[in-house]
Amino acid sequence: MPAVSKGDGMRGLAVFISDIRNCKSKEAEIKRINKELANIRSKFKGDKALDGYSKKKYVCKLLFIFLLGHDIDFGHMEAVNLLSSNKYTEKQIGYLFISVLVNSNSELIRLINNAIKNDLSSRNPTFMCLALHCIANVGSREMAEAFASEIPRILVAGDTMDSVKQSAALCLLRLYKTSPDLVLMGEWTSRVVHLLNDQHMGVVTAAISLITCLSQKNPDEFKTCVSLAVSRLSRIVSSASTDLQDYTYYFVPAPWLSCKLLRLLQCYPPPEDGAVKGRLVECLETILNKAQEPPKSKKVQHSNAKNAILFEAISLIIHYDSEPNLLVRACNQLGQFLQHRETNLRYLALESMCTLASSEFSHEAVKTHIETVINALKTERDVSVRQRAADLLYAMCDRSNAKQIVAEMLSYLETADYSIREEMVLKVAILAEKYAVDYSWYVDTILNLIRIAGDYVSEEVWYRVIQIVINRDDVQGYAAKTVFEALQAPACHENMVKVGGYILGEFGNLIAGDPRSSPLVQFNLLHSKFHLCSVPTRALLLSAYIKFINLFPETKATIQEVLRCDSQIRNSDVELQQRAVEYLKLSSIASTDVLATVLEEMPPFPERESSILAKLKKKKGPGAVSVTELEDSKREGGELNGGGDRGQDTATMAASNASTPSPSADLLGIRSTAPLGAAPASAGSLLVDVFSEAGPTAPSAAVNDDGFLRFVCKNNGVLFENQLLQIGIKSEYRQNLGRMYLFYGNKTSVQFASFTTTVSCPGELQSQLNVQTKPVEPLVEGGAQIQQVLNIECLTDFSDAPLLNIKFRYGGALQNLTLKLPVTINKFFQPTEMTSHDFFQRWKQLSQPQQEAQKIFKANNSMDTEVLKAKLLGLGTALLDNVDPNPENYVCAGVIQTKSQQVGCLLRLEPNAQAQVQHTDSPERVSHNYSSIPNFLHYLSPYSVNI
Amino acid sequence: MTSISEIRFILIQNRAGKTRLAKWYMQFDDDEKQKLIEEVHAVVTVRDAKHTNFVEVRDKSFRNFKIIYRRYAGLYFCICVDVTDNNLAYLEGIHNFVEVLNEYFHNVCELDLVFNFYKVYTVVDEMFLAGEIRETSQTKVLKQLLMLQSLE
Repeated sequence: MPAVSKGDGMRGLAVFISDIRNCKSKEAEIKRINKELANIRSKFKGDKALDGYSKKKYVCKLLFIFLLGHDIDFGHMEAVNLLSSNKYTEKQIGYLFISVLVNSNSELIRLINNAIKNDLSSRNPTFMCLALHCIANVGSREMAEAFASEIPRILVAGDTMDSVKQSAALCLLRLYKTSPDLVLMGEWTSRVVHLLNDQHMGVVTAAISLITCLSQKNPDEFKTCVSLAVSRLSRIVSSASTDLQDYTYYFVPAPWLSCKLLRLLQCYPPPEDGAVKGRLVECLETILNKAQEPPKSKKVQHSNAKNAILFEAISLIIHYDSEPNLLVRACNQLGQFLQHRETNLRYLALESMCTLASSEFSHEAVKTHIETVINALKTERDVSVRQRAADLLYAMCDRSNAKQIVAEMLSYLETADYSIREEMVLKVAILAEKYAVDYSWYVDTILNLIRIAGDYVSEEVWYRVIQIVINRDDVQGYAAKTVFEALQAPACHENMVKVGGYILGEFGNLIAGDPRSSPLVQFNLLHSKFHLCSVPTRALLLSAYIKFINLFPETKATIQEVLRCDSQIRNSDVELQQRAVEYLKLSSIASTDVLATVLEEMPPFPERESSILAKLKKKKGPGAVSVTELEDSKREGGELNGGGDRGQDTATMAASNASTPSPSADLLGIRSTAPLGAAPASAGSLLVDVFSEAGPTAPSAAVNDDGFLRFVCKNNGVLFENQLLQIGIKSEYRQNLGRMYLFYGNKTSVQFASFTTTVSCPGELQSQLNVQTKPVEPLVEGGAQIQQVLNIECLTDFSDAPLLNIKFRYGGALQNLTLKLPVTINKFFQPTEMTSHDFFQRWKQLSQPQQEAQKIFKANNSMDTEVLKAKLLGLGTALLDNVDPNPENYVCAGVIQTKSQQVGCLLRLEPNAQAQVQHTDSPERVSHNYSSIPNFLHYLSPYSVNI
Repeated sequence: MTSISEIRFILIQNRAGKTRLAKWYMQFDDDEKQKLIEEVHAVVTVRDAKHTNFVEVRDKSFRNFKIIYRRYAGLYFCICVDVTDNNLAYLEGIHNFVEVLNEYFHNVCELDLVFNFYKVYTVVDEMFLAGEIRETSQTKVLKQLLMLQSLE
């Protein structure tokens, strides 16, 4: 067996590494490094040409120094020289240096690409692999441009060595991920798919990653991979443990390949072909059966490898969600793991069961494990396992077990880890609301939440309890009584004071009949907390006091006294002072009638999506709904009852809701946000759907589309500008593909931190337009500009525009901005030239009502011929001369290219100079309803004559 | 729909937090890399044998990522992958890699990785490429490494 001695081959390097290791201090190390750098520099600059060995040794030393964390600003050229050496060891060091210290110097890139090219065509498999690994490691756009067309050829060529094929497949994958537009599979597709049949398992292992990635993007083109994957999987699963020799790992045949095959199948629905499906079900059953067999080895490697396949198979079963028998078997298997002595397995079983809980077929089976899960929540040592147990309890919760689960979660909260408390609080709040049969239970639960984990009760939670109490008059008296009792505690959380202040201010009258909670007692109780509270809470309390004056005239004198005292009326906080002054004045001069009108009870809140749910979704990651309004509502903190101005209050409250405007009978408004395609099988599944990352984005109410219309007829320019930020756009389109460069310029001299941009396709646009991009750098220095590239694919007709959300911190303040990206259907126009005869013949054919749209609109400015022409060309169509008999008219033709179809489109613009009216006709050559063309006519109308 | 599985990075660290290998499969700038290295060290070293071999880190910089790690003597082998990726497959992926290193360096120890850092990269590239598993057969990998070793 090979064994390598220390630093063999390069003695100087070993000595240098030893020296560094012997350095007693950081200073000594730096000194030694500087000495070495000086030495290397002089060697590189020296008159004597270095031989390959020395060059390799010095480049390797530089690499070592870089890896220690020091900057290296030379040696690139020497490394590039090593690439053209014909000795493997020299070439390897050269490539390694290039891969680790990627350099954007264009001259170097040219030289590197040249060397790679030579190695790729060398027919020496070792050199080819080195070159391919370098491309795969660097993956730059320049490399993609140079090699994206060459690599598929290497991958499928009959005479390519297996090891080269493996590297080529993954190299191509890397290029596809970084520059999908440059990797065109087309003619190679079928041969790449057939690599699944390759007799070399290593080739299959590598190729399947490529195929999986391509299948996710182009499922239809790659769908033949399903039957191939099934038969490959079947051969592995049914093989004896020794059949696959090199690929058997601790008696498990090809575990990694099996997992990858099962994962590939998760890109597709269950196979339609009965035979294929039968074979696959057989495989899945075999995998489940094997889990019950006695282990072939006691080693953990054996069981891990076996279970890796099992968990992937269960994922596939859950993905299909159509085989009740398999789902229940999977659930039983996971149930066994819940009590396994391996922590890893308990953790994974909890995680996997969480998704099983959302299937109608297995929801009940999952519920049978409730006691075990509760026990896990109480006894697991690893917080991440407890977290999974809490997730699972949340997922398995329904009306039948809600009270038990909520009670368990509440009691767990008392000792829960700080890291998961906030999420636990949100979950309890949601479950309590969703499964509340009687609202007194709900109120109790939330007040308990505040009592136990007040610090973690976010604004959304206590806003929500107030919204519900205000909207449900049957619970108001109970809420007032309970909150009054809760406030009796000598130390109660400030959030409790907020809820108490708000509720007593609204509904204190409902308990005022009892002498133990008479108006004055209520007031004194609230006021006893006043001095311990923060400014926003005090502001809220002041509003509660003025409401008291309205509710209970007998408290007027006492409260006026309080408002009048110096600590209120001369409070150094301007907000508190203003409230004190205004409320005092209001209570003194306004008649009872006026007071009663101004301080009337809060009107019910419109029912919308629960703000808590929105918050939870937001917490769950970037794919989730991002509710910008939450940020605002946070800042406005305690102003719920502020200023006696109900209009403003309602706005503040409403702003804490996500902006899904559809009213809903469902208390939470959950149904209105469930993904359209999700089958609302049971309450549990519904909730998990909503909880998952894929929730549809509710467009922010404050979308800025000022710049949008200006880009209908042009591709480049400034999309947005304010005092901080400028966003420029450059875009180009070809057929149904487009690329958009966004330039974010920081106009200030201060750094933007946490700079993130999110592009989303709201609603049905998701299935119509495919927009891909990579995250941008989170820091934008003052005066700097960063660039982001979007790759856009038009799948089918669309009418909405993608949204670009930008968030960053500027001097501590969070900036949040949402813009419409100017991607309109006309961008995918291909101009078409045609003769007058053809034009009118086609025009006449398009006579169905849905094939034609007409718009008459008034020109805002004078109709300048050249401007109009430029606009029409900017629209993307061909402007046809000498077609219309009336030379005043403009005639255009083009084909809209989408992935699914091409739509011819003819357009006529008839200016009427006297009336300043334009008249546009746009018949289209489609048989089914095609709605976007009239939409862009709409864009055209105000702008065709208005620059 | 599963999201694209991919290794974000592979790290080998010792208990003191010294990096013995860092292989990045995504674009990170130097500051991010340093932060991730420190973060991984901080979350991994506090865990004991009763804990799982998986850590999901909710931090902004690796949201949606998880670390799958295994400790061998004083060294932590960590692979950072997507949260949807198969934990056990990568856990054994680490072990498979360690067994190859062990054969190749003949009872591998930390110093082998230090003095032969440039060879470790070759081993990694044979087994993992472009953030994916490239070759899993120990026999095949070692045969290839032996062949490369014999080249000048």
